[in-house]
Amino acid sequence: MGKRVAIVGTGQTHHRSIRRDVNGQELIHEAAVRALKDAELTIDDIGGVVIGNMDHFEGINYVDCWSIDGSGGYLKPTIKLTTGGTTGATLAVAGYHMVASGMFEKLLVIGWEKNSESDTTGAIITCTDPIIERQFVAGAISGLALEAQAYMHRYGATPRDAARVSVRDRRHACNNPHAQLRGEITIEDVLNSPRLADPLRLLDMCPRSDGACAVVFASEDVAEKICPTPAWVLATANRHMFSDYTDVVEMSSLLSMVEASKELWQKLGIREPLKEVDVIELYQPYSWAGLIWIEDMGLCKKGEGPKLLWDGVTDMGGELPINPSGGVVATNPIGATGLIRCAEIALQIQGKAGARQVSDVKLGVATGFGGNWWTDMLAFGKKKPN
Amino acid sequence: MERVAIIGMGQTQHAAQRTEVNFPELVYEAVSLALKDAGIGIDGIDNVITTCNDFWDGRTISSMATGDVSGARGKNVSAVEGDGAFGAFYGLTRILSGAYGTTLVTAYSKGSESVPYLITNAAFDPIYMRSLGLDMVTSCALQARRYMKRYGISEEECALVAVKNRGNALANPNAHQGMRITVEDVMRSRRIADPLKLYDISPVSDGAGCIILAREDRAKKIPHRPVWVKGVSFCADAYLLGDRELSECRALEKAAQAAYKMAGIQDPRKEIDVAEISEAFTYQELLWTEGLGFCEKGGGKKLIASGATAKNGDIPVNPSGGLMGAHPVIAAGLIRILEAARQVRGDAGDMQVKKQVQLALAHGVNGVCGQSHCVWVLGRD
Repeated sequence: MGKRVAIVGTGQTHHRSIRRDVNGQELIHEAAVRALKDAELTIDDIGGVVIGNMDHFEGINYVDCWSIDGSGGYLKPTIKLTTGGTTGATLAVAGYHMVASGMFEKLLVIGWEKNSESDTTGAIITCTDPIIERQFVAGAISGLALEAQAYMHRYGATPRDAARVSVRDRRHACNNPHAQLRGEITIEDVLNSPRLADPLRLLDMCPRSDGACAVVFASEDVAEKICPTPAWVLATANRHMFSDYTDVVEMSSLLSMVEASKELWQKLGIREPLKEVDVIELYQPYSWAGLIWIEDMGLCKKGEGPKLLWDGVTDMGGELPINPSGGVVATNPIGATGLIRCAEIALQIQGKAGARQVSDVKLGVATGFGGNWWTDMLAFGKKKPN
Repeated sequence: MERVAIIGMGQTQHAAQRTEVNFPELVYEAVSLALKDAGIGIDGIDNVITTCNDFWDGRTISSMATGDVSGARGKNVSAVEGDGAFGAFYGLTRILSGAYGTTLVTAYSKGSESVPYLITNAAFDPIYMRSLGLDMVTSCALQARRYMKRYGISEEECALVAVKNRGNALANPNAHQGMRITVEDVMRSRRIADPLKLYDISPVSDGAGCIILAREDRAKKIPHRPVWVKGVSFCADAYLLGDRELSECRALEKAAQAAYKMAGIQDPRKEIDVAEISEAFTYQELLWTEGLGFCEKGGGKKLIASGATAKNGDIPVNPSGGLMGAHPVIAAGLIRILEAARQVRGDAGDMQVKKQVQLALAHGVNGVCGQSHCVWVLGRD
């Protein structure tokens, strides 16, 4: 059997819409140095580097090779993974398996994006088949609008319900010194913000950010020596289930989340996630996902997401706080976003989350969303797994 | 290390242009062959790793196109960007982690739909270096010059690699650049980037490969001999060409030494029976054989001139024809693993080397001028 694996250090940059003060390698370096400092390690202690982003945002090929000066991968094993929006979570899943394999004792995992150097929609649009789909699938926003429309139609939710999600996350973001959008908003602010693709408005959507996140994964042989409270990886599950947009047969549910969460809860022996999970960092690129996807992961029945939100269950201090960091609607350096979810859960377990700390976190879940309606999930725990 | 074996493998017919298939169909072809080879259905696959590159594919999230055809529906899946040997490494660790019993790994390239100059130019610093016109070919020409000057290697000595590998490729039914040529033919071929001439440079091909890795208990129910993973490692050198000594390959040396240590190899020259390596350019085979420790630094030219790396030499290198025979870029390293594994199994057909193969080496490269290398050692027992 493989080794048990934990996160023993995390580092994030200060995320902004444009970081003119650094280039990509410097951005990566900022996060890497902070993660090493957090773990009280040096780059010499690190056995290898796993890095990821979405190439077409920065227009740099072979990023594993290009990033060496920032990542510290010089004369070390360095590998790149990319899976679209899920990239950050995919990196964490890789960090886990590579350390669990016994091939690495300590691994530095880095997700980053310098979105200010890209045309986000122009880059995303090329994910689709060039002949059949590229003419009518227009980037990320319109696809998400379709999901919101289908959900509204089937379950009777309203834009006001979705706005409640943005209000929650933007309030939470005020507690996070790394967040890009720090400033409370109201339901009316969301409903009066510019319409992007019906029913989505500006404040329903995530921003795009420049930022990086680095995480040190360590094996059971050293984790407790490095860190008094390692955040143990308990389980991972993912589904990248469709190749083409026209394959997505059901728009009012995220089927990849339904399948991945089912597997995750089964691996964890969880029957009632709402009661048994202490905190979730959800890769929620727009407000509606905070309704639809929490239903798909089984926190409540389909159509009951809005009630959970309005009852405050997912707020700080609620039964199951979601996105204490402010989540993706406050900060979104895409290739880093999923890894930030993992780093934030690790901070919650370590009790190092500062003003955004949820009390007594024993079990936290991080998710990634991307590609063609894909989901990656990781569960972290305070107790060393058996 | 828990024992993991390659239990199935498949590769497409590689060609300069495969107009009858798109790249998901190319991958499907390789996957179907690999499953058939392993004698299992897609239900026997626990998880999937695809290998791709957004630049070579002209698509963002390029793994989107090849998940379904790799059989990832309903399974855990991930995607490595870069050479297929690196993708296979992640696939291996997913088994060693205890999470899965089998991993299916795919890699492909459809070079005919790509513009290699623009794609590899994009590997260079956008502000200072791209406008110099550097790409894979021109930067490797610089590396060739540096290497040849330092060790006094002639163009004719490099040309021996083209003669050997393109000749070997004649025996490879999947290759498309097999040809009987002489050193004079190489010397007379069109000069592309001094000192590299047309025949010094591998083609860019359409093609895909697939391997299936399995934990020991899952490797015993297959219709043929499992090929065991004995050692594997990878390593990256500095990014800027000026920060590296281009006449050496320290990253390859490090990766090879780590893989040899894992495999218990002390003298690679004696213990390795055959090697399949990624020689996109003729000089690279000489340089890489030095990095792999088959000879001393600067000794690559003597090694090939002695006939040692010929198909029936004592350490055959690229009996399949290597990248000179077919070069579906991102799949290149995975196909090297596959060809090395066939040698171990003893079913490499006309490419099979004479001596019985106990240990075979496979090698993949990422980045320009061999910045990052991945080394696999495969064994019979």
